[in-house]
Amino acid sequence: MTVTTGDGAGSAVEKSDLVTLTIDGIEVSVPKDTLVIRAAEQVGVQIPRFCDHPLLDPVGACRQCLVDIPDAGNGRGFPKPQASCTLPVAEGMVVNTQATSAVADKAQQGIMEFLLINHPLDCPVCDKGGECPLQNQAMSNGRGESRFVEHKRVYPKPINISAQVLLDRERCVLCARCTRFSEQIAGDPFIALIERGALQQVGIYEREPFESYFSGNTIQICPVGALTSAAYRFRSRPFDLVSAPAVAEHDACGSAIRVDHRRGKVMRRLADNDPEVNEEWITDKDRFAFLWARQDDRLTHPMVRDEETGDLRVASWSEAFAVAARGLAAAKRKVGLLPGGRLTVEDAYAWSKFARVTCRTNNIDFRSRPLGADRGAEEAAFLASQVVLTGPDGGAVTYADLETARTVVLAGLEPEDEAGAIFLRLRKANRAHGTRIFSLAPFTSRGLRKMGGRLLPTVPGTEATALDALAENGEVALDGGGIVLVGERLASVPGALSAAVQLAQTTGARLAWVPRRAGDRGALEVGCLPNLFPGGRPVSDASARVDLGAAWGAAKLPEAEGLDAESILDALVEGDLEALVVGGVDPADTLQLYGGQLHGARAKKLRKALRKAFVVALEVRSSELTEVADVVFPVAPTTDKAGSFVNWEGRVRPFGKVLESPTSLPDVRVLAGIAEERGRPIGIRSPEQAATEMQQLGPWEGERLVIEPAEIPHEVSASSTSGERTLVLASWKQLIDDGRMQDGDDHYRATARRPVVLVGQATFDGLGGVEEGDLVTLTGPLGSLNLPVRVADLADGVVWAPASAPGFSVRHLVGPAGSTVTVSTLEGGRK
Amino acid sequence: MDVLTPILTDNWDAERAWTLASYESRGGYDALKKALSMSQDDVIAAVKDSGLRGRGGAGFPTGMKWSFIPQDNPNPKYLVVNADESEPGTCKDIPLMMASPHTLVEGVIISSYAIRANKAFIYVRGEVLHVVRRLQRAVQEAYLAGHLGTDIHGSGYDLDLVVHAGAGAYICGEETALLDSLEGRRGQPRLRPPFPAVAGLYASPTVINNVESIASVPSIIANGADWFASMGTEKSKGFGIFSLSGHVNRPGQYEAPLGITLRQLIELAGGMRNGNQLKFWTPGGSSTPLLNSEHLDVPLDFEAVGEAGSMLGTRALQIFDDTTCVVRAVLRWTEFYKHESCGKCTPCREGTWWLTQTLARLENGQGSEEDLDLLLDQCDNILGRAFCALGDGATSPITSSIKYFRADYLAHLEHGGCPFDPMASTVFAAEGASA
Repeated sequence: MTVTTGDGAGSAVEKSDLVTLTIDGIEVSVPKDTLVIRAAEQVGVQIPRFCDHPLLDPVGACRQCLVDIPDAGNGRGFPKPQASCTLPVAEGMVVNTQATSAVADKAQQGIMEFLLINHPLDCPVCDKGGECPLQNQAMSNGRGESRFVEHKRVYPKPINISAQVLLDRERCVLCARCTRFSEQIAGDPFIALIERGALQQVGIYEREPFESYFSGNTIQICPVGALTSAAYRFRSRPFDLVSAPAVAEHDACGSAIRVDHRRGKVMRRLADNDPEVNEEWITDKDRFAFLWARQDDRLTHPMVRDEETGDLRVASWSEAFAVAARGLAAAKRKVGLLPGGRLTVEDAYAWSKFARVTCRTNNIDFRSRPLGADRGAEEAAFLASQVVLTGPDGGAVTYADLETARTVVLAGLEPEDEAGAIFLRLRKANRAHGTRIFSLAPFTSRGLRKMGGRLLPTVPGTEATALDALAENGEVALDGGGIVLVGERLASVPGALSAAVQLAQTTGARLAWVPRRAGDRGALEVGCLPNLFPGGRPVSDASARVDLGAAWGAAKLPEAEGLDAESILDALVEGDLEALVVGGVDPADTLQLYGGQLHGARAKKLRKALRKAFVVALEVRSSELTEVADVVFPVAPTTDKAGSFVNWEGRVRPFGKVLESPTSLPDVRVLAGIAEERGRPIGIRSPEQAATEMQQLGPWEGERLVIEPAEIPHEVSASSTSGERTLVLASWKQLIDDGRMQDGDDHYRATARRPVVLVGQATFDGLGGVEEGDLVTLTGPLGSLNLPVRVADLADGVVWAPASAPGFSVRHLVGPAGSTVTVSTLEGGRK
Repeated sequence: MDVLTPILTDNWDAERAWTLASYESRGGYDALKKALSMSQDDVIAAVKDSGLRGRGGAGFPTGMKWSFIPQDNPNPKYLVVNADESEPGTCKDIPLMMASPHTLVEGVIISSYAIRANKAFIYVRGEVLHVVRRLQRAVQEAYLAGHLGTDIHGSGYDLDLVVHAGAGAYICGEETALLDSLEGRRGQPRLRPPFPAVAGLYASPTVINNVESIASVPSIIANGADWFASMGTEKSKGFGIFSLSGHVNRPGQYEAPLGITLRQLIELAGGMRNGNQLKFWTPGGSSTPLLNSEHLDVPLDFEAVGEAGSMLGTRALQIFDDTTCVVRAVLRWTEFYKHESCGKCTPCREGTWWLTQTLARLENGQGSEEDLDLLLDQCDNILGRAFCALGDGATSPITSSIKYFRADYLAHLEHGGCPFDPMASTVFAAEGASA
């Protein structure tokens, strides 16, 4: 909290901000502007409600929350019952709710009766039955039998308002929560109330479907069973489900979720309420993408490569441990480790310790993504000097800070696609507090528009220069009330991260790093990097090595800085490394890291090298990497183990085990098994033990690495001079894409945005004879792809396409972001 | 008959009364020139002193409404004229705009000047296309004559006036729904506060007045507040257009001081048709509780009609003689409310849906006397619980008709259907036909 001076002024203001009123005879003091409905909760009275939602603007539509106000605080009462969800408290106000007032009670019963006349009595087959606010409140505040004997309103059912969200109109009580959420929170107003009277209904505009990354929230806040998801509809009854709190594993936001499961299967996921993090909202990815761990290719037992046949065969855990230990022993220190960025911090710690203690190497890197020309050296220095060991307790940037910041600058980050909870919080900040948002990006994205943000047009590759110039930008006027959020994509631009650090230093603005994966930040904290040990201990610091060595009881820790992810692959190809331990890595990412093309010459070389090397794979599902591995261990997905993620703020987000599955083990247990066979145990076997040991180890208190100010290129390398229509490719992954952790829910994937090529007006005009929406050919270093073209406010010489979309993986088929590409009209006409 | 006070209606019989030439030949736009020579506050004071109360139904003092506009608000101020006349029975604004649109336009200019608005809107009901055209032409004429535009008559005052046609929703007569509609949204009432005087059209200070209120302003400026206040009753000053419809011999608009009685008005209208007996009537449109022949001598002003258990409303006097089935009339009105309910709030949306069905059942003679209590209880659950006044209005005909004509309802049950000949109450009924 902010420091207050001790003159008492602060507390005086606080006191006068309290309003005292009497509810049902009980005096209560609440902050000014509190609504009566919430003040009543303070005295333990639940006033029934439908349209009211604490995070949405009051609307007063359903009239269910009527109360009697004999004194509005001015000595006069209201002649009629008042909606408590729209009425702010007043000093001296007297409120009588249904608990003490016959008028209020009758008013509420009357409204409930009205709501039910057109509501079907299909609770026994309705998905909401058992957890339905209408059902519950009809029992608590309604009459047992209806006096309505006439005709109910009926509709054909259901209608799709998106591929995922279905609407049963006859169940709808028209509370407008869903439409208000879409307008006020997500900013995707593609659903609206249409028609009037009892025929009023939620409708879509047929030419603009309800495409929202947050559509699932409307289902969750629907107070009746009107909105359902194709994924969960008719799957189970709420009272058959077991709920467990958890943390979403899809991004670095650390969103709180609730996992509902039955008979060992996750049936659905809901947003949990965490005001400090995701409030009550999650992305559709967090909500619907959970079937990936239940696919047919799930690994259910360890496998080893049979020496005679050369094929993988089922093995016992102990045999697999022994084979892995033998293979790693043979490779001696010529081992590289790629743990990926999706591990819990406990598992990542085990990887980090396994590398140092068992393999005696620093060749470990959690980053399996494009690292830039310097192979991630600048990023590693940035992370070691600026990011590791920071957190909300240490004054690092938090969600709450975003909400109250004067200015937020985004660089290399598209929050709507890459960090949904940040997007929602920034949108709220802009709407509620007028936070000014600027984005260094190639064009004004839909997300930026919805956040009320302004574009600082930036050609990919020039972010460093742009950040450098920002300090002098009077319009942005960055100062101590500002925050700079840098995304992990910035790592591939030389000098950009250093420029961001310098910008923060010169302007006083605060800086935070937003990675894409849930485990990235945790992996950094436990030293899954070639230059860091756990707790931010620099590898290059002798006293850190001694400190850690003592704690681990290890005689000697590897001194030399290890290889980064890309160099590890290089070394495998060159034969400098003989073994690879790999886990939690999408092979498509790995291949992109190593040359991009899925079937190109470099990929071929890598595949050959992987077959030759000794590969130990820790995976949930079989993949191209497990296919070439010598030992495969099935490891547990997040539902099957306890652990914690560290989100982008540095906030630890622990969660418990949800499902008992005997077929897989957490990474820490697998690595412990290998290490023990190898005779170099890591001393921990479970996530709990890992957590305890991390706690005991504590953070590094010595000197931190410093990031060298990089040279900021003031001249853009003119990549657009070579050809006539040569362009730079701007590209990032969209929220819903072809990632393996989104497999299994076709309805969800159908809500992905249609892939397009975005070009500037000049480029578009240069194409000649092409209309928006026509297919054009995007050609890059890896090949070409036909995509519909659209015009956006892109700078001249830049083109944008999604890095990954279902069926259209630009990063593999055309090239990575920053590539030189061309756009041309389709050969042989339109397809 | 000298009980009439033709002021707004005075020029309706003039040759081409709707033209600027005709209007000006009878002193039109003189009041504007006078107003422009006065200070804005003096104009507001004159309207305040006249005691003019809103003619749209609620009767809120017009001058006071104007003085609520915060002049220190940096946003522009707006005047919006509510010309969305859709109340069943009300027929005063549309004939006024049809016959003499310039009376309204002149009123708009003076009123806008008083509240310091530089932009005014007339939100007119879209169905009355002919009226929309006459208004548009009148505004065009006013621009050409320099009554509108920049620096009006050298006063330095600028005003633009926009005629906006609604899309056919009764709810848009509710002032905040009207504002939403004017802004291009669906017409649904807004949450208050903030009130339109503080944050109305485009979240700026806005005055919304009825056509007749604004049209009365030029006469007040021309003749003075005292002249206006000399007419009417103690608390209901001035004159108003009484629109008589139904079973009278000469239905039409009768302009008279407030406080005139129905007995006098029926006399002016040539008496009841065929010499039939008055059965029931609405004082201010279908949303005001209906009255019966006991109330013939109630002075038609805000207070006395209120005391009689109804509301003066828009002085839409629908007269029904004893050939009429009250249940049938009430059901038709209720069907109207069901059709026009905007759907925002539960009691109005669901309540009107239910009321209609219960009433229809009763009209067909199905049900029992308990259903009347059920009807009254439904009305009790709607009245005062709805988001806006539409829901309240929907209950008025039902509760008042059961109060005065319970026997009629019961007769349906005994008769197994409607005991009245529906033909007898029509205008095309054969002479002498009766129940």
